[in-house]
Amino acid sequence: MDESLRELYQEVILDHSRHPRHFGALANANHVGEGHNPLCGDRVKVYLHVGDHDKIDDISFEGKGCAISQASASMMTDLVRGRTVAEAEKLMGGFLHLVKGEDASAIGPDDREHLDVMAGVQAFPMRVKCATLAWHTMRSALEGGASAKSE
Amino acid sequence: MTAQPRTIHAAAFDPVVARADFPILSREVYGKPLVYLDNAASAQKPKQVLDAMTQFATSEYANVHRGVHFLSAAATGRYEAARETVRKFLNAAHADEIVFTKGGTEAINLVANGYLAPRIEAGDEIVLSVMEHHSNFVPWHFLRERHGAVLKWADVADDGSLDADAVAAAIGPKTKLVALTHMSNVLGTVSPLHEIISLAHARGIPVLVDGCQGAVHEIVDVQDLNVDFYAITGHKLYGPTGIGALYGKRVLLKGMRPYNGGGEMIREVTRDLVTYADPPMRFEAGTPPIIESVGLAAAIDYLSSFDREAVAAHEHRMLARATAALEDLNWVRIVGTAPGKGAILSFETEGMHAHDLATILDREGVAVRAGHHCAQPLMERFGVASTTRASFALYNTLDEVDVLISALHKARKILG
Repeated sequence: MDESLRELYQEVILDHSRHPRHFGALANANHVGEGHNPLCGDRVKVYLHVGDHDKIDDISFEGKGCAISQASASMMTDLVRGRTVAEAEKLMGGFLHLVKGEDASAIGPDDREHLDVMAGVQAFPMRVKCATLAWHTMRSALEGGASAKSE
Repeated sequence: MTAQPRTIHAAAFDPVVARADFPILSREVYGKPLVYLDNAASAQKPKQVLDAMTQFATSEYANVHRGVHFLSAAATGRYEAARETVRKFLNAAHADEIVFTKGGTEAINLVANGYLAPRIEAGDEIVLSVMEHHSNFVPWHFLRERHGAVLKWADVADDGSLDADAVAAAIGPKTKLVALTHMSNVLGTVSPLHEIISLAHARGIPVLVDGCQGAVHEIVDVQDLNVDFYAITGHKLYGPTGIGALYGKRVLLKGMRPYNGGGEMIREVTRDLVTYADPPMRFEAGTPPIIESVGLAAAIDYLSSFDREAVAAHEHRMLARATAALEDLNWVRIVGTAPGKGAILSFETEGMHAHDLATILDREGVAVRAGHHCAQPLMERFGVASTTRASFALYNTLDEVDVLISALHKARKILG
């Protein structure tokens, strides 16, 4: 099999896409964002509960899409849960660089271990948008949702 | 009434010979032979088209309809000869019924703006089928937004076939136009045009047909159809991008207002007054796609050099082979199985998203379309977010169908 395909569709990614973590609506969300990739019709909705000290107490997502977009969303929820908004944004910045094959040194070593499986997307420029959809949606939830949704 | 199954002329058309005319088909992608099955999005160009454009650009090119010099006369001659080629291809009665546009989308927008917009009032209705491509419903949405028109949708059956009765049911006393595809770019469904056009005309309603797919695979006779407007695009017809054409009945074109303003479309301009040229010039403002018109004519000549029935029979053999193979797989659901459908095969795969599948097929050299195919209402109708689509052209082969099927199995192994 094509080595880059093996890279892209690693078992970890397929597992996340088949059994996404933190999937479903979040009842006490105070930030909600919706993302849409008009190219393929994929949609994702990200829910966050941001508590004291800007800490993301909880996060979940809903949506339908390809294995890459689902796995990326699932891994994102795993990683940012319990972080501050600033930490999540820093991680996102690094992630966006990582999938484009750019300098991703903003990602700390522990996170890098988890996110390295997503680096396979580098070889598939047409699929970068699939990988970044959930992350962009989280950002718009944190930015846009803040004034509308915070308590 | 849907198209009947084809008679097969076994030796009348040899796709392997035709393939040699398409330079790009001999290339490889990722070290694998290219299997190009995205023809409904755009077809590849034979060297006859590319050579004709180069020959024209290197020996006869100038602007058209304005200079008195040698080259301008030569270029005008080629441009008008191209119009005549399109006329003959569609069997229009008169060459002035052919308006060159930049594509099928512009042809439909021209009818929406030039014909219908001045005639429509709030509450008037436009009848469309749910299988329209975005280019044949967004222009009508504009009339809904700007003029208060109401869009009425004729649904397709579960197998994707369009019943003339469904169109009849959508027509009412306020219907001003029926706009309908000849062949669905997703389902491959061929609309029963004769029946629909007759029943619309019986109620005094004109019909526009989007022939972007239909003209590639079916023999079109606009007089026999008695269709009022018929839109085609060059790039799906083995021709260049940037050119298409609108056929319109002479009497309708004459009554239409211009859509774009500019040079070449006027009779007289003063500071206070402008009068417009007759069709088709009235609708061809500015410098038209001149080199592309020569390319389009060469593409039509190329396609017409074959026995079209034999080409259709070949495309249908590929469709039948692919369909049979997919029907054997319990994890594949074909979307669109109307009798007499064209060589377009859309399907959904259980547990595999179309984009993941298309990525894996791509690495096998197989180019397919994955997504909503610019037909979102149809995707909704069939309850799918996206499908994978293989669409066949005259240069595809039965062997390529087999490559597609084995690549599908491979994808299933990786993702399934």
